[in-house]
Amino acid sequence: MSASLGTIRTLRGGKKWDKRVQTIAVHAILLLGAAVVLFPIAWMLSTSLKAPYQVKKFPPIWIPNPVVWENYVNAVTIFPVPFWVFIRNSLFLSLANVVGSVMSNTIVAFAFARLRFRGSRVLFLIVLSTMMLPQQVTMIPLFILFSRLKWINSYKPLIIPQFFANAYFIFLMRQFYTTVPRDLDDAARIDGCGVLGLFFRIMLPLAKPAVGIMAIFEFTGSWNWFLGPLIYLSKMETFPLALALSYLRATYRVLWSELMVVSFIAMLPPLVLFFIAQKAYIQGIVITGVKG
Amino acid sequence: MTQRRREEIIAYILISPWIIGFLIFLLGPMIASLGLSFFDTNMFSFKFVGLKNYATLFSLDQTRSLFWKSLYNTAYYVFFSIPLTIGVGFLIAVLLNQNIRGQSAYRILYYLPSIIPGIAASMVWLYLFQPEFGVINYILSLIGIQGPRWLLDPKTAKMVFVVMSVWGAGGNMLVFLAGLQGIPTELYEAATIDGAGRWRRFLNITLPMISPALFFVMVTQIIGSFQVFTNVYVMTGGGPANSTLMYVLHLYLVAFRQYRMGYASALAWAFFVILLLLTLLIFRSSGAWVYYETEIGGGRP
Repeated sequence: MSASLGTIRTLRGGKKWDKRVQTIAVHAILLLGAAVVLFPIAWMLSTSLKAPYQVKKFPPIWIPNPVVWENYVNAVTIFPVPFWVFIRNSLFLSLANVVGSVMSNTIVAFAFARLRFRGSRVLFLIVLSTMMLPQQVTMIPLFILFSRLKWINSYKPLIIPQFFANAYFIFLMRQFYTTVPRDLDDAARIDGCGVLGLFFRIMLPLAKPAVGIMAIFEFTGSWNWFLGPLIYLSKMETFPLALALSYLRATYRVLWSELMVVSFIAMLPPLVLFFIAQKAYIQGIVITGVKG
Repeated sequence: MTQRRREEIIAYILISPWIIGFLIFLLGPMIASLGLSFFDTNMFSFKFVGLKNYATLFSLDQTRSLFWKSLYNTAYYVFFSIPLTIGVGFLIAVLLNQNIRGQSAYRILYYLPSIIPGIAASMVWLYLFQPEFGVINYILSLIGIQGPRWLLDPKTAKMVFVVMSVWGAGGNMLVFLAGLQGIPTELYEAATIDGAGRWRRFLNITLPMISPALFFVMVTQIIGSFQVFTNVYVMTGGGPANSTLMYVLHLYLVAFRQYRMGYASALAWAFFVILLLLTLLIFRSSGAWVYYETEIGGGRP
């Protein structure tokens, strides 16, 4: 890297000044962009602490004064159901789906990555093509099926399908497994490992980072999921946070501060998770995005 | 039973969750949905109506069918959103790729909008775009522009969603950045020695080498954008005057508010076919503009 920069520098001559101006310009653009990206989030926080008469001020008030912490109390007690119920529901939905995804996708992807069987190429092509399928095509028959099964207003329609693997995660896990050297397989087999031994003792432990990536994606995805819960859940005590927020908006459309409070609370878990695990997160996107 | 055969059976057992899921939750419902589209049904009574749903669907009379209206709205949104989100994402990636200090911090910042629940983001944007007291119109007023009524005006309502999508361009940026970082530096060195300027290097090395990532982002982004739902559902509900009635929102309202399940199935299948044709079109065109290194061998996505 340094060698290449050196070459370029000597070739282009002492244009150090140019370089510096350019770096400053790039930073200026990037900082401006970052400000634009962050602004709505900052505005959400600021509004969540504003007094009702400040919310609709024009020109807008940037920093709330007085800081109205009561908005937070107000927002979580405004619902006819205790607020922790929504958090519990969201957590349940997300964690159950993490369990389902991890259990199914690690195994299915392992078979696709390492075992030889008739039709494996065709089946994998089908897996890939289902990634491009809009889920709306299956929405109505599935709704009819699940309502016949009396699964409406329960979490079954939102969780059980996750236990049957999904294309995106199969792809992610398979990409990861294929980076494990085949020599390990051979060594394990010589030592008398069967297929399942190979999976549980060698591949799965090695794939821990990928399992982590998948768990984070699934958690965030389920936490943020809106359309599924909207279709299947209509009783408030079954609502996850996203639906609670939608209810709040539909019922009290002018309570901007309270809307921002609940938005902020809904945003917090994915945000914290992202900050803790941002390396894994970014790696996951790179694995599925670039090597596609 | 041979070792080979045993292994094959185990493999089928291991992938069986996917096969079962595929049949029950995907293939089955897809066929059922095609079947349903020939019926008039509210889930409890079924009446065979042949192609009537499709005839209604394709009708140009807007009092009978909002198919064309919602397709137009969605296409309008996709048409503006795709070049902007890809362009902005690519620009940021190119800037970040110059060994800039704080690269990882920028990367995290720009990616933030992609992990926030769509509904929470919708609430803030709704507030920002309020015509009387929203910040956007305040900023416009500072430079002497009388801001439009945004979501309340059929002419500007769709643009709000385009702006929101550009806010989330950081997701594309990550894929592009990874692609850019994968380009071997020797290529640039060789080109520099051959006397290629900055612009030539960009055109003849960066663009071809990044084109597979560009292709991937384009396909997934177009499919994803066509499915825009949460923010329109929350922010406008399709109004004013159906100007933000996006396809999936229309489908949702027909199916789950009006309980016209047969007609909604026809809408769903039409949607599937439209997306399929669009995807095939992009794949077809990819031969002309996507560059694959030979050593990857069959790496066509």
